[in-house]
Amino acid sequence: MINLKNIEKIYRTSTVETVALNNINLSVEKGEFVSIMGPSGCGKSTLLNIIGLLDEPSKGKVEIDGKHTNGLPDSQLAQFRNQTLGFIFQSFHLINDLPVLDNVELPLLYRKVSGNERRRLATEALEKVGLSNRMKHYPNQLSGGQKQRVAIARAIVGQPEIILADEPTGNLDSNMGNEIMDILTTLNQRDKATIVMVTHDENMAKRTHRLIRLFDGSQVQ
Amino acid sequence: MKTLFLNSLIGGRGANYLKITFAVLKRRKFFTFISLFGISFTLTILVVATAFLDHLIAPGYPEVNRDRSLYIWGLKEKDTKNGGMSSGPVSFSFINTYVRTLKTPAKVAATSMPNSINIYLNNHKLKVNYRYTDANFWDITSFEFLEGKPYTQQNIANNDFVVVINDLVRDEYVGKGQSAVGKMIELDNVNYRIIGVVKGCPITRIQVASDLYFPYNTSKSDLKDPRLRGSFGAIILPDNPDDFSKIQAEFSVVASKINPSKTGDKWFNPDKLYVFADRYVTSFTRQLRGDGENSGEAVVFSILFGIIFLFMSLPAINLININISRIMERASEIGVRKAFGASSKTLVIQFVIENIILTLIGGVLAIFMSLGIIYYLNHSDLIAYIDLSFNWKVFLGAIAVSLIFGLLSGVYPAWRMSKLQVVEALKG
Repeated sequence: MINLKNIEKIYRTSTVETVALNNINLSVEKGEFVSIMGPSGCGKSTLLNIIGLLDEPSKGKVEIDGKHTNGLPDSQLAQFRNQTLGFIFQSFHLINDLPVLDNVELPLLYRKVSGNERRRLATEALEKVGLSNRMKHYPNQLSGGQKQRVAIARAIVGQPEIILADEPTGNLDSNMGNEIMDILTTLNQRDKATIVMVTHDENMAKRTHRLIRLFDGSQVQ
Repeated sequence: MKTLFLNSLIGGRGANYLKITFAVLKRRKFFTFISLFGISFTLTILVVATAFLDHLIAPGYPEVNRDRSLYIWGLKEKDTKNGGMSSGPVSFSFINTYVRTLKTPAKVAATSMPNSINIYLNNHKLKVNYRYTDANFWDITSFEFLEGKPYTQQNIANNDFVVVINDLVRDEYVGKGQSAVGKMIELDNVNYRIIGVVKGCPITRIQVASDLYFPYNTSKSDLKDPRLRGSFGAIILPDNPDDFSKIQAEFSVVASKINPSKTGDKWFNPDKLYVFADRYVTSFTRQLRGDGENSGEAVVFSILFGIIFLFMSLPAINLININISRIMERASEIGVRKAFGASSKTLVIQFVIENIILTLIGGVLAIFMSLGIIYYLNHSDLIAYIDLSFNWKVFLGAIAVSLIFGLLSGVYPAWRMSKLQVVEALKG
């Protein structure tokens, strides 16, 4: 499902060169739930961003769902992200000016889906995360856990094959973190979603199929 | 309706764009106020200017036939050997010899350029404009006669010393609403009998506006003077509106056969002559920037649009700055939209549409402000008789400039923003 070959990511300024990722080779199978762990600044989020086509590697090949993505033009990358990937961010990244339902509809806006169908699918996604009673609320009227559930609903509304979660429980207390983890586990088990999750939390990582450890930009496990 | 239109334009995203636009506008009220103030103020001036331009160009009282008429207003002579040039109105005999003799059926009116003179009414001085015309002038124009009637060919044949005055002069002379017909008015030691009183027209209708109108035969000038240049202009109203080009072509042939004035002056001996039967606007641009065969239309309109463009550019640049900071505040939203499938192009369209919505709101405000200003101008005495109107042309002009303004000030910030890397954008 996801194949990374010899991935390198180097940040260059006029004076300094920082290696964020070094020779990463990674394969994630369809239906797997993989977690990535490591200390702060080891390149976890960079790796996830490269998998999510939000960032480009300096070197190496990214293949997702059988398709080489290096060098794809902006419009095709956008379409690929829209159809295949769903993102969950640590700080939720909801659009505060839009109500919950519109936030969840967002990925469908960039597909040819009618307004009614968008509404139906977004409502279904919100039902899956137990937030159908908050559809008309605005993000700043919700708790952290609720916001993350909205973000999950947004990530799954377009039924992407891959969900990428960047520390989804990082901003939540352990109860709420467990709730979110339950939802992700259900998505993986019931809906067969492939999930790659960056986390700091060993307990959360233990609930996934496989753990990948990074240290100073290199894969150590 | 608006949403439906937007939806058809941008594949079902209209409602979302509208919601976010209004949410952003509400979020930063001061920014919104500054933006809307800049937009509406600029557009108001443009709309009033458009209304004024429309007033200058479009048919209006008493020149209701303006767009069906041709104007012979100036004649230009060139001395290509010595490099001299001379131009000015045509003579009365020129009109009689070369215009009234055109074979395509049309009505030809002759009217002199306006002059001003002081007259004394009821022991007080009044500065007035006057012009000499023929009887056809009253047929081609549509002056409203408040009393009396225009002079006719018969009055001219009888050599009657009569005059048509406007209501301003009438009000000064006999009092507001009083009858003036039959009374005498003295001008340059000659007594004229007032034969009619017309409702005046604004001075901006420069080809027909005046306070007093005299039959041409009462002029002291030698109207039989065969020189080409004089102090008259001709307005031609074809009997059949389809004959417009036919008359232009016929006059062009006639004009090509006219010999330039032979003054015998060693300093100026013209060998080329340029005279045209033009539509109103062309006759105007030819006076301003015409040269030889060139009507000057392209130059005048380029200058005009250049000025409008410059005038719009300055506030647009300001708005671009405001827009950049507004948009950069939304970097995280841009990142999210990109992460979930928005392409750079889609985002440019979204932000340009948002900006166009903002400028259209400014445009609507500008329309109301313009209506107020136009009402004030029409009801004040700044320009007597001015009748600016807010018609569909002005309205469409206002909408068009709003859209151009929206594009001008929206495209660059949108483009800059759309180039943001997703990862950078998400960091805010």
